[in-house]
Amino acid sequence: MPETEPQGVTPSQTVGPYFAYGLTSNGKYDWNDAFSNNLVTPDTIGERIRIEGRVFDGDGQPMPDCMLEVWQADAQGRFSDPQDKRALPNSSFKGFGRCGTDANGGYAFDTIKPGIVPDPDGKPQAPHLVLAVFARGMLLHLYTRIYFGGEAANATDPVLALVPIDRRATLIAQRANCNPGTAYRLDIHLQGDDETVFFDV
Amino acid sequence: MTLIYPVESLAAHPPRLSPGYKSTVKRSPTKPLIPMRHTLSELTGPVYGHETVRENDNDLTLQGKGEPLGERIIVHGHVLDEDGRGVPNTLVELWQANACGRYIHVVDQHPAPLDPNFTGAGRAQSDSEGYYRFVTIKPGAYPWGNHHNAWRPAHIHFSVFGHSFVSRLVTQMYFPGDPLFPFDPIFNSVTDEKARNRMVSDFDLESTKPDWALCYRFNIVLRGRNATPMETK
Ligand SMILES: [Fe+3]
Repeated sequence: MPETEPQGVTPSQTVGPYFAYGLTSNGKYDWNDAFSNNLVTPDTIGERIRIEGRVFDGDGQPMPDCMLEVWQADAQGRFSDPQDKRALPNSSFKGFGRCGTDANGGYAFDTIKPGIVPDPDGKPQAPHLVLAVFARGMLLHLYTRIYFGGEAANATDPVLALVPIDRRATLIAQRANCNPGTAYRLDIHLQGDDETVFFDV
Repeated sequence: MTLIYPVESLAAHPPRLSPGYKSTVKRSPTKPLIPMRHTLSELTGPVYGHETVRENDNDLTLQGKGEPLGERIIVHGHVLDEDGRGVPNTLVELWQANACGRYIHVVDQHPAPLDPNFTGAGRAQSDSEGYYRFVTIKPGAYPWGNHHNAWRPAHIHFSVFGHSFVSRLVTQMYFPGDPLFPFDPIFNSVTDEKARNRMVSDFDLESTKPDWALCYRFNIVLRGRNATPMETK
């Protein structure tokens, strides 16, 4: 069968205000959720953590109509994708989570702390999640990363090194109290003094 | 890993700040995005196959107790990448208004009737060559608050995963010849006409089912891998 003529990508459009019942119904709508904000599967090995925070717009208003997606390695730093040739075959950990924000702009993911993933030169990257931000009023989602406060590897992370020092804090979730377990907090600001660093990928 | 997702592919997307669509003004970053090389974190992505898709998830006319009202249509197409290669076994999610232009979402207060037999949510997996198919109801246009007498052209929201986390795409499928096109700032946020028209489905007479449903074809083109020669360091 001949391949189709090459053509440009289909342009992105906003998720709009009404994505919840299709993408993040959370039991509120008569539709089964394919994804949730809990990435932990029974056989998952690693330090269980919760990452939580709020999402704000340029007026400092919380965004109740935002959808966040995370993608991360397992505790050994391997991705559940056959393209990662190092992947462990026996883990049911998928590494993908989706969360719609609540009325206060809040989000939370229950997961495990990811391990070390190499950069293209084989240099270690500090533990991180990749985060995609979607919302009404966003025609194209934004990519950022979530790093972890108190991690020595942050000092030599090749991606954090690209970020001006005074903006790095916008990428680093800080430990918070959570009983039981470990929680990290990170707020996302689309604009303003604390505007989150987003990456052009 | 030696895959390259060229950043030039992203030129087809609308600018994040598109003031005609008012909500973008406070919801687009003001500081420049930071370019970075793709690492394994960006080059891999979630793989979700048929365990995610249940029977009838791709037929939105069979999810209620009875048949939903409106014009039954088939929506099908090819998920492919910029290089023309099909994207097999990838998850395609959609959501849409009913025939009257009303979503079941609680925030939607458009004074048009809800349909008890229509949720407007669907899910399909592309086949081994990248083809997908839905049966649904043609959505109606609906008003919104962006400006005086603002109406969205009829559209279906699509969400596609693709090969990696950076090939993720959320878009909207439109219907050919919609008279609302010139007035819609979301559709027109895509400034390049050729790119804009890639969001408009084709009427597909050949694939209609006689005496049953009309058909529209909507191909979804994701970022290509190795679409440009590899740089040598
Ligand atoms: Fe819509």
